[in-house]
Amino acid sequence: MLTLLFDGVAYGMLLFVLAVGLAVTLGLMNFINLAHGAFAMAGGYITVLLMSRAGVPFLVCLPIAFIGTALLGALLERTLYRPMYAKPHLDQVLFSIGLVFMAVTAVDYFVGSMQQNITLPPWLQGRLPIEGVGIGKYRLFIVVLCGLLTVALQFVLARTRFGSRLRASVDDPRVAGGLGLDVSRIFMLTFAVGSGLAGLGGALGAEVLGLDPTFPLKFMIYFLIVVSVGGTTTITGPLLAALLLGIADVAGKYYVPKLGAFIVYSLMIAILVVRPQGLFARR
Amino acid sequence: MNVVLETRSLVKRFDGLTVTDGVSLRLERGARHALIGPNGAGKTTLVNLLTGVLAATSGQVELDGRDITALPVHARVRRGIVRTFQINQLFGGLTPLASIALAVSAQQGRSAGWWRPLGRDTAVTTECDRLLNGFHLADVMDRPVASLAYGKLRLLEIAIALACKPRVLLLDEPAAGVPEGDRQEIFDTIAALPVDVSVLLIEHDMDLVFNFARTVTVLVDGAVFAEGDAAAIAVDPRVKAVYLGDDDAAAVATGHG
Amino acid sequence: MADEAPSTSAAASSLRRSARWRVWELAVFAAMSLAWLLLPGQSLLINQIAIVALFAVSLDLILGYAGIVSLGHAAFFGFGAYAAALFAKGTMNDPLAGLAVAVAASAVLGAATSLLILRGTDLTRLMVTLGVASILYELANKLDDITGGADGLQGVVMGPLLTPFGRFAFDLSGRVASAYSLVILALALLVARRLVHSPFGVSLQALRDNRLRASSIGLSVRLRLVAVYTIAAAFAGAAGGLLAQTSGFASLDLFDFHRSAEVLLVLVIGGTGYLYGGVIGAVVFQLLHDVISAWTPQYWNFWLGLFLVVLMIVGRERLVTPWKWFRRGP
Repeated sequence: MLTLLFDGVAYGMLLFVLAVGLAVTLGLMNFINLAHGAFAMAGGYITVLLMSRAGVPFLVCLPIAFIGTALLGALLERTLYRPMYAKPHLDQVLFSIGLVFMAVTAVDYFVGSMQQNITLPPWLQGRLPIEGVGIGKYRLFIVVLCGLLTVALQFVLARTRFGSRLRASVDDPRVAGGLGLDVSRIFMLTFAVGSGLAGLGGALGAEVLGLDPTFPLKFMIYFLIVVSVGGTTTITGPLLAALLLGIADVAGKYYVPKLGAFIVYSLMIAILVVRPQGLFARR
Repeated sequence: MNVVLETRSLVKRFDGLTVTDGVSLRLERGARHALIGPNGAGKTTLVNLLTGVLAATSGQVELDGRDITALPVHARVRRGIVRTFQINQLFGGLTPLASIALAVSAQQGRSAGWWRPLGRDTAVTTECDRLLNGFHLADVMDRPVASLAYGKLRLLEIAIALACKPRVLLLDEPAAGVPEGDRQEIFDTIAALPVDVSVLLIEHDMDLVFNFARTVTVLVDGAVFAEGDAAAIAVDPRVKAVYLGDDDAAAVATGHG
Repeated sequence: MADEAPSTSAAASSLRRSARWRVWELAVFAAMSLAWLLLPGQSLLINQIAIVALFAVSLDLILGYAGIVSLGHAAFFGFGAYAAALFAKGTMNDPLAGLAVAVAASAVLGAATSLLILRGTDLTRLMVTLGVASILYELANKLDDITGGADGLQGVVMGPLLTPFGRFAFDLSGRVASAYSLVILALALLVARRLVHSPFGVSLQALRDNRLRASSIGLSVRLRLVAVYTIAAAFAGAAGGLLAQTSGFASLDLFDFHRSAEVLLVLVIGGTGYLYGGVIGAVVFQLLHDVISAWTPQYWNFWLGLFLVVLMIVGRERLVTPWKWFRRGP
């Protein structure tokens, strides 16, 4: 039971890091970016390729995955996403679906469609015996790392100038612009960091979630659940939603494997019907 | 003294901010009542509460003595409370004709018809003709709403409301943003409203207010500040101090009063 | 006020004119008939296009006319398919009876799920519609004793079509099947046409344009949303039923996200809000698919994605006016 709970928490923290960029993008630019998973996939594939082709150690790959995906995000934001901000949601949805299709088939073409495996460094393999229960070392690593990232994010948002500029832009972009904030630069930086985090999540998650070209489509609904249930006005909302989702999914698949993800989807629908603004949203 | 619409201690709070503060209002049959007050006084909020767009935190709204506080927007419209919006709320993808025809159909209980085309009923089309001509919209009735001049859009806004055959009509700044040359048309329209319709008018244009209203309520910070005959309000020094602000307004009032 | 005799009512004649059949509408119906008559060798293709067209028209009702963005419309498509397949295998294999069952079942599902999309933003509606389709996928996957699970339901053999005009058995060439689908599509278009020109149909557009004003003229927004969602689900269920009956099987991928995304694209290509966009879109989409797949069979999705990205950046409404692509502004 405790292992299950812990696995659920690890899964949830991973989902949070993967999805937080999407939450902030939606809250900031009011843009429904279904292609967010593609950035996660990019981070995963960068890691896999660097490790297998260039022998780069796993820990070094992580920041590279972050930076590489962040740069990719910044580039795409400047060029492709920017013209789409003012368009209706339907167009944004179709646009991002188009990007996903392109990303998925491109990866399939260049790398092939098999599952990619990562060989974790030996010190991350195996279990730590704690209280008589074996805690997976890698999952512990994920929880610690994601926890640190969450704290760092919260710090940046609450204590730094960039954070307050970001929060101002989320609250009201026009007023923020009128006050002299460079809103488009904030958008780009935020999008880049959000994509970078997704890439990092993809790298971390390759071992736990599996990595193949269908990753963005498979996990899209999970990211969206985190964002719609968690709301886009806080950081803690998506965090709690992700944890809830992680635990529910792991527990559901263990106790009632026949129903699978059915429980998660039904729970999500129930929550959204009762509280359309999300479970943890401010408004 | 036949009270058609009444509110009892209507209160609206948003997260600790009290926007409507215990407003008790009475509207008689055939009233020509103006609601004035400084910006931010809560006039539009009050209209939103009366029509059901906002749910009251506490208090009651009664129409013909029956409590409608819990009724949704469309149900209140069916009972005869209709409003216009300060910022045009029109159907961008429809034509003026279609918009009015829809409102007329809704009023005549034919809006759920799904087989016969809109406007097959002469009852609907006769009423459409009447409204279109009365509001000088007949020549633009087939043009997309998005292509019309602002003055025409404002007239359409009112025409749609009248298509609902209101018993109580709430007009939220009908002349707002209308160019000088078109204002007279709006004034005339309002002056020509049926005698038995009770009208509540929100306006900043004092010409319009004191030409039109027999009674006035002054709203300040969400509460009723003063109330009474138009002439009395126009010269009330407290009202002048908080809202009208200076002698020019007094001259306007006595000049017309 | 001018006094108008009813026969010269300006409003009446204008409204009558808007509801009148346009030449190009007749052309669409004519094209449908001519295609069947003149291209017997393309029956399978025609059948496929007709089914996709019906599916897309059903989406137009909720998207183009009521403004509901759905990422899970395939839920009704798949549900109708499975309903028709199960009915044919288990009860009777009369096609029209099976179609009626598919329509009824999808309508019930539509009515039930419509309650979920009444509140919330575009995002919540996206999520809920996506969620419903995903749930159905999971259910179809796990309840494999009924649905055949990942293998799907095979071997759906249909009896002959019993119509007032004669008895038509389905044949290998697919001519009967494609005629069947085209007739159902035509009937659906006729019904939908009546719907969109009616007060109910116009009220849907009002709802789409300005929900606040729609309720402020006395229209019940919720009831209308439930009604249109149910009707759209019924039409989508009919399309699914046709697919199961004419292809002989129902499978999991009918609920897949790809289907919902594809039908959205088909409709957007053809244009939303004028009812025939689904038909035009289905034809164009099929042509695109055939052209591109002949060139790169494996990576059709890539070019599809590219097409979507470019189309959305350039602007949907510019699809029909390519010379505007390089001009700035609306």
